[in-house]
Amino acid sequence: MYAFTLDRPASLADAVNAAASGGQVLAGGQTLLPSMKMRLSQPGRLVDLGGVKELAGIEPNGNAVVIGAMTRHMDVANSSTVKSMIPALADLASHIGDRQVRAMGTMGGSVANNDPSACYPSAVLGLGATIHTNKRRIEADDFFQGMFTTALEAGELLTAISFPQPKSAAYMKFVQAASRFALVGVFLAQTAGGVRVAITGASQGVFRHKGLEDALNKSFTVASAASVHVDADGLNADIHASAAYRANLISVLTQRAVAHCLA
Amino acid sequence: MGASDFSNLPHIGESVRRKEDYRFLTGAGQYTDDITMQAQSYAVFVRSPHAHAIIKSIDISAASAMPGVVRIFIGKDLEGKMGGLPCGWLINNPDGTPMNEPPHPVLALGKVRHVGDQLAMVIADTLEQAKNAAEAVQVDYDVLPAVVDVRDAATGPQLHDAAPNNKCYKWVLGDKGNVDAAFANAHHVTKLDLINNRLVPNAMEPRVAIGNYSRATEEYVLYVSNQNPHVERLLMTAFVLGLPEHKVRVIAPDVGGGFGSKIYLYAEDVALTWAAKEVNRSIKWTCERSESFLTDAHGRDHVSHAEMAMDKDGKFLGMRVHTHANLGAYLSTFSTAVPTILYATLLAGQYTCPQIYVEVDSWFTNTAPVDAYRGAGRPEATYLLERLVSRCGWEMGLSQDEIRKRNFINSWPYQTPVALQYDTGDYLGCMVKAQDMADVAGFPGRKAASAAKGLLRGIGYSSYIEACGIAPSNIAGALGARAGLFECGEIRVHPTGSVTVFTGSHSHGQGHETTFAQVVAARLGVAVDAVDVVHGDTGRVPFGMGTYGSRSISVGGAAIMKALDKIETKAKKIAAHLMESSDADVEFANGEFTVKGTDKKVTFGQVALTAYVPHNYPLDKLEPGLNETAFYDPTNFTFPAGTYICEVEIDPATGVTRVEKFTAVDDFGTIINPMIVEGQVHGGLVQGIGQALMENCVYDRETGQLLTGSFMDYAMPRADDFPEFKIGNICTPCTHNPLGTKGCGEAGAIGSPPAVINAVLDALHGLGVKEFDMPATPHRVWEAIQAAKA
Repeated sequence: MYAFTLDRPASLADAVNAAASGGQVLAGGQTLLPSMKMRLSQPGRLVDLGGVKELAGIEPNGNAVVIGAMTRHMDVANSSTVKSMIPALADLASHIGDRQVRAMGTMGGSVANNDPSACYPSAVLGLGATIHTNKRRIEADDFFQGMFTTALEAGELLTAISFPQPKSAAYMKFVQAASRFALVGVFLAQTAGGVRVAITGASQGVFRHKGLEDALNKSFTVASAASVHVDADGLNADIHASAAYRANLISVLTQRAVAHCLA
Repeated sequence: MGASDFSNLPHIGESVRRKEDYRFLTGAGQYTDDITMQAQSYAVFVRSPHAHAIIKSIDISAASAMPGVVRIFIGKDLEGKMGGLPCGWLINNPDGTPMNEPPHPVLALGKVRHVGDQLAMVIADTLEQAKNAAEAVQVDYDVLPAVVDVRDAATGPQLHDAAPNNKCYKWVLGDKGNVDAAFANAHHVTKLDLINNRLVPNAMEPRVAIGNYSRATEEYVLYVSNQNPHVERLLMTAFVLGLPEHKVRVIAPDVGGGFGSKIYLYAEDVALTWAAKEVNRSIKWTCERSESFLTDAHGRDHVSHAEMAMDKDGKFLGMRVHTHANLGAYLSTFSTAVPTILYATLLAGQYTCPQIYVEVDSWFTNTAPVDAYRGAGRPEATYLLERLVSRCGWEMGLSQDEIRKRNFINSWPYQTPVALQYDTGDYLGCMVKAQDMADVAGFPGRKAASAAKGLLRGIGYSSYIEACGIAPSNIAGALGARAGLFECGEIRVHPTGSVTVFTGSHSHGQGHETTFAQVVAARLGVAVDAVDVVHGDTGRVPFGMGTYGSRSISVGGAAIMKALDKIETKAKKIAAHLMESSDADVEFANGEFTVKGTDKKVTFGQVALTAYVPHNYPLDKLEPGLNETAFYDPTNFTFPAGTYICEVEIDPATGVTRVEKFTAVDDFGTIINPMIVEGQVHGGLVQGIGQALMENCVYDRETGQLLTGSFMDYAMPRADDFPEFKIGNICTPCTHNPLGTKGCGEAGAIGSPPAVINAVLDALHGLGVKEFDMPATPHRVWEAIQAAKA
């Protein structure tokens, strides 16, 4: 790790100013700090959002749950509001990383980082959530733009995410055995706008699978999901899994998610 | 004292809580990184980012001028000042010529040969300054093509001038003509190709060392996370630095795991020791995890072909094996012995195969050096043989237990055709007990239940044997060892009757401080808490060969037993004097000396006090004091053996393979502390099942980059990857050491991988899967199923 200075603003306004003046925002630090330790990342100035009270918290808002950017995975997993309104989201949060990661990592940090194997982006996209920033609101479909890339502009801070309550939803995560990130994760939701199938881990970034969505909109059954051919083209291939295997997992996990929703 | 008398003593067979755990569990342990010296500097090593490259130039001028930099050394600075790192075991080719032994410089000279190869040492006041300066060292490389896969070695780019075609040696064992004749008469021949996957040891504590030099005493002190400080000192002084041993002290304090990877003399240890005098400062180096992955000696990495000839009843007639072993870029300390002496000699297993012929070709590649890792050659032998035996059964229409029963050795001693003589055992007894504990009879029902859920269930056997307690020095010497393999123990009885034991065995998780104390307490009739064990310091322990090959209790413990014999003999003389009887009439038991046929007695404490306050003492015949040292050189290896039975359940849709049941029945001979033995078995099983299911070290076949260079990509097993193990024991005491012990540290890692893979194959047979290499990751299992369908 290289030497750096640390700011710890107490208000969102101060945090925005610090970020605008070139500070690197630190949320839960579960990606940034390891990369700093390995000297792969060398911010001269860190802006720790941990002191900004207004960024953390979980509130129901009509048919949605609004979760502050600095809310820890552990708190999402344990939230009675989330568990009752969107149990799939609480379940997802309860299986991110390990206890230490869940105690430190934040939803906003994960979504803003948009790691192609992270769990949260699939829930945001699968549920059709809305991202709130200090400047605007961004629909999930417009937010994720490929590996580690989002619609956030320089200095723009993700402040909260609003998740509409689905009719039903399920997250099926198949872990990469070493990292315990998603080798493939499928977030399936029956929403007011139809079935959404968001897939993480399999490609350069989280994406919706139109073929599966179309089939499940026609018939929300396991057989319907199974009937869809999942193309391996464009999927990741690495030492952990081939593209064909990832395509198979997308199919199998979607079938299991449907079964879970129907159970 | 004989083994059967010993095993009946108090404390033997008692699960005494580990004396060392208080300090480990409360953070009071003293590991090398916990030690801070006065005026301590920090070292960082500049390492090659390339697998294979010419070093055209190294420019340290900018780095040397950076804040806090004390000195920067490169390979040229060391030339003529020290030798290269030695290999401790000479292997000869079939024509009698010695193996190729290319130079292994402490800092690379002219060329780097694997990613992580060290080429400069930067010393600075702080770690951060050392890291910053290390980044500023400018190296101009001419990158060369790399070879990492042992199958590519013969035709790959040349690593060393002294090793044409990247060959280290060819080595053979057995009579080829007799084996060929056996095959000519065979009813059936079973053939198998397999890969034993490369592993990264990953001790919890990475390597750490602190070099020190005192101008006042001209003495060097090296603190180092190491399994055998005397061996480290011997190799470093005699072979590399040319220093007198009495001026070099090596201390290996608390060590957080080794698994073999901390046996060896590493370049960093030498560089730090030497440089401490050059810069007149203490220098600390703490290996980071990423460096560990790149530079700790790796394990396994064999590619083999095996064939078994059988008669019509499945009786083994002959076996032939050809193995290609990857030794990595340089010869690590005991690397050459692993795929030869420690491997091929175990290929008889538990079976009466009368003829065995083994050829081993060992190769250099652009990868980290490969050396002994928990089991060291014996896991490779066991994996090959037990995979082959199960396949023999399947091809002959015999069950996995039946093929084994038909070939088990059932009388001892047994001379194998591959040099070893097994002293004792009960192989069928282990299998029968394992079958009972594993509820093999209930397997068909469980398989049907799995099938009802759409899952595949398989059962796998492995009946392993290993040679531990390495080794009779004369035999090892005849086989190429460049060191002895005895052990030393010293018993120091204090005037008030408490005892300090000095042992050359080193404990880095094994619990010696408790087990050895039990041995001494049992013999002397004192409390376990009255015995402390000192190890890991050449300045305190007379000598030692260290801990590896499951040798500590059987060799180190036997040395302690010999020293205790001397203590007892002398104490009896003192007691005889006190009781005014003849030495021969004195008996000693439960801490009391008595005279046959009388009610006279004195306690061990009285004798101890008398030895140091010799007022009423036969000074004309006997020296005061009660302090004895013994060296023990074993007369044979010990032969732990057992049968492991694994049940897996496979989800064919995803390939996910779960170990549902695992039963291990081991014969370790006498067991001193069952809790510690069980812990050792659990640890070994986790490493062995880890290899079978998930661990895999992967280099890019083109670039030579390590693709599994962190825990993000190298899958270490976790507790939730395992079921609760069922552990049982059979005891046939070792016949040739005074404790009857055989060793338990590696068995789990040796016996378990083939049990898992045989279970996987058993589950997949119905789908037509016949071949499978470790690890059984979901992806690989799924691919095997798809390939069988196609």
